[in-house]
Amino acid sequence: MIAERPTLKLVDRLYLTAAWNGFKVTLRHFLGRKVTMQYPEERWAVPPGYRGAPYLVRDQTGRTKCVACQLCEFICPPRAIRVTPPGPAVDPSTGNVEKRPRQFEINMLRCIYCGLCQEVCPEEAIFLMQDYSLTGCSREEMVYDIEKLLALGGVHHDHVRKWDRVRREAAAQETFPPQTAS
Amino acid sequence: MKQSQQSNDPLASPPGMISVTVDGRTVLVPRTMPDWQGRQVPTTMLQACELAGVTVPHYCYHPKLPVAGNCRMCLVEYGVPALGPDRKPVRQPDGSLVIKKSPRPAIACATPVSPGMEIYTSTPTVKLMRQSVLEFLLINHPLDCPICDQAGECKLQEYSVEYGRASSRFAETKVHKNKQIDLGPRIMLDQERCILCSRCIRFTRDVVGDDALGIINRGSYSAIAAYPGTTFDNNYTLNTADICPVGALTSKDFRFQMRVWFLKETMSLCASCGTGCNIVIGSRENCIYRFTPRQNDAVNSCWMCDYGRLNYRWIERTDRLTRPGGSKLTSPDWEDAINGIAAALKKAVPGHIAIVASARLTNEELYLVRRLAQFLGAPTDCVPRSGPADNLLLCADRNPNTKGAQLLGIAASPPGVNLPVFARLIRNGTIRSLLVFGEDVTRHGITADDLARLDFLAASDIHTNGTTAVSHYFLPGCAHVEKRGSFTNVHGRIQRFEKAVDPPGLARPELHWLRELVCRVTGQSMGGTVESVFEAMRAEVPAFRNIAWADLGDHGVATHG
Repeated sequence: MIAERPTLKLVDRLYLTAAWNGFKVTLRHFLGRKVTMQYPEERWAVPPGYRGAPYLVRDQTGRTKCVACQLCEFICPPRAIRVTPPGPAVDPSTGNVEKRPRQFEINMLRCIYCGLCQEVCPEEAIFLMQDYSLTGCSREEMVYDIEKLLALGGVHHDHVRKWDRVRREAAAQETFPPQTAS
Repeated sequence: MKQSQQSNDPLASPPGMISVTVDGRTVLVPRTMPDWQGRQVPTTMLQACELAGVTVPHYCYHPKLPVAGNCRMCLVEYGVPALGPDRKPVRQPDGSLVIKKSPRPAIACATPVSPGMEIYTSTPTVKLMRQSVLEFLLINHPLDCPICDQAGECKLQEYSVEYGRASSRFAETKVHKNKQIDLGPRIMLDQERCILCSRCIRFTRDVVGDDALGIINRGSYSAIAAYPGTTFDNNYTLNTADICPVGALTSKDFRFQMRVWFLKETMSLCASCGTGCNIVIGSRENCIYRFTPRQNDAVNSCWMCDYGRLNYRWIERTDRLTRPGGSKLTSPDWEDAINGIAAALKKAVPGHIAIVASARLTNEELYLVRRLAQFLGAPTDCVPRSGPADNLLLCADRNPNTKGAQLLGIAASPPGVNLPVFARLIRNGTIRSLLVFGEDVTRHGITADDLARLDFLAASDIHTNGTTAVSHYFLPGCAHVEKRGSFTNVHGRIQRFEKAVDPPGLARPELHWLRELVCRVTGQSMGGTVESVFEAMRAEVPAFRNIAWADLGDHGVATHG
């Protein structure tokens, strides 16, 4: 097909009409309702249930809830998570939980915010929080280590505290006849 | 018609065989089968079910242990042919047997089969029994799977998926016991997780002969413990962690190191002594986490010793040789090193050169050494290693391939007898060149001063040692977990092993560079794979003549040596 090239009139060739039409659009938006958010000074309200960056949490007693079971590492589709288990050395501070990760790293460049780690966690130790804008100056900086993840995750109020309950039960059975655990 | 009826009659089976029906499928099973000691005893229902392809869940039964029959998980229903008043089996009008179903179940692991028996393993009653047994086992189980090392290979987990309940009906408080009992130097016990199957007790009492473990207390408070004043420290303790169906007994070495589902499993052999126990190497991302035994009834049954199992940390040592080097090598380049050694060997005069090769090298590598030795006219020998043997698996010969070295003519008889001769000949100037593969001869009678007299010294090893330090050329080798090949154990059984992890740096399997060296020196050409070297070896060495690489399979074959 041969496209017909229109012969432009003088008024078209001056471009003034096109410029004027453009100014009309600008003027309409200038006087109308403001829709642009002044990001990053202004932020949108993150809706509940939003899947942001995954962080580790402590319970209200300050215990790191993660026990290094590595299920999140196993389930993670982009393999963003890397857990280093504690190894055989007995750490007396872990009490009756016995295990606590020696290192826990999440590569935030790999994370796809799918939420499977939170779903699979048997200890409710990792949650997808509301952070959506993660920045760093290098790739290494985007690999969050356990201190950073715990600091960002904060405290998750645990109503059950199953390990504490087990410890109370066991302590009650130290005496004979066994007392009923509260 | 009568003939076919006769052949279908379950009571008329061939001699030595019994016809039983498992879930409607009739199978012929042997009348007797070997028990844990290999003695012929009447076939049990559980073995008959295995032969029929039906798995009966069980905890306490283990084919290599005496039957205890205490977990009750293998309960099945069964029926036997009904007998009439004349003590003859009652038959239907069509000639088939009338089966009288037993009113109560039986444990499949300890009940012998009888002719015409019918076993039912999938009836609603059997399912209900399994569910109930499991519910009882879980009453005091802590369910701490997130911190349990057994998670992923736990029979309690597996059967809970099949027969467990979603929620517990047990409203009372669970009995809590000690979770960290130091049973011995290598074993940790968690009494809460134990289901009292007594496998560990039977293993250490009956297989090892060290009656160290028992059950103390009663009822829900029953627990495994070592007898007072004793520790569980024989050389086979870690097998109890393998056979423990739950996470009660755990290896201190592997404890909290890695979850088992991440481990890549490689079929391999233990190289710590001449027995050549079959093992599985568990590795992840080029790091070895554990050795576990692999069943081979001709060698190690289901077991291995703690000494061999824990002898792997040296592979990750930091003083590994990672590049070719030596006083005459200017750059760490394989091509230069091989060329330099080949040029020196071409100039070597027969009678003035000797070779020391390690009995830790594979059959294929020793065969290449043999080719080199034959071309150069060089006498060879191995370095013998020995230690105390025991009556179960551990062998006094601590080299994995002494027998292979003998069959290939590398080792003198007895191995090591040539080493003092070499030392003397070096001192009087007869031997001018020495090749050392995988050994440190300075620790075996040839001193560094002797080595300094040589015109040419090339050495290889895994770690830096006294010989590589003074050699003109040294080449980095591989541990057996870093290469493929085969070993011949002390009983002449040739078994193959696979590669689990990559060697560090520029290190290459001995087979690769030995082949290049042989081709460069002799001018002959030769295939570079383990298989092709093995083929060449069996064409030349009578002991391996009728054995093809593919015949070795997972369990190896006996040589003719």
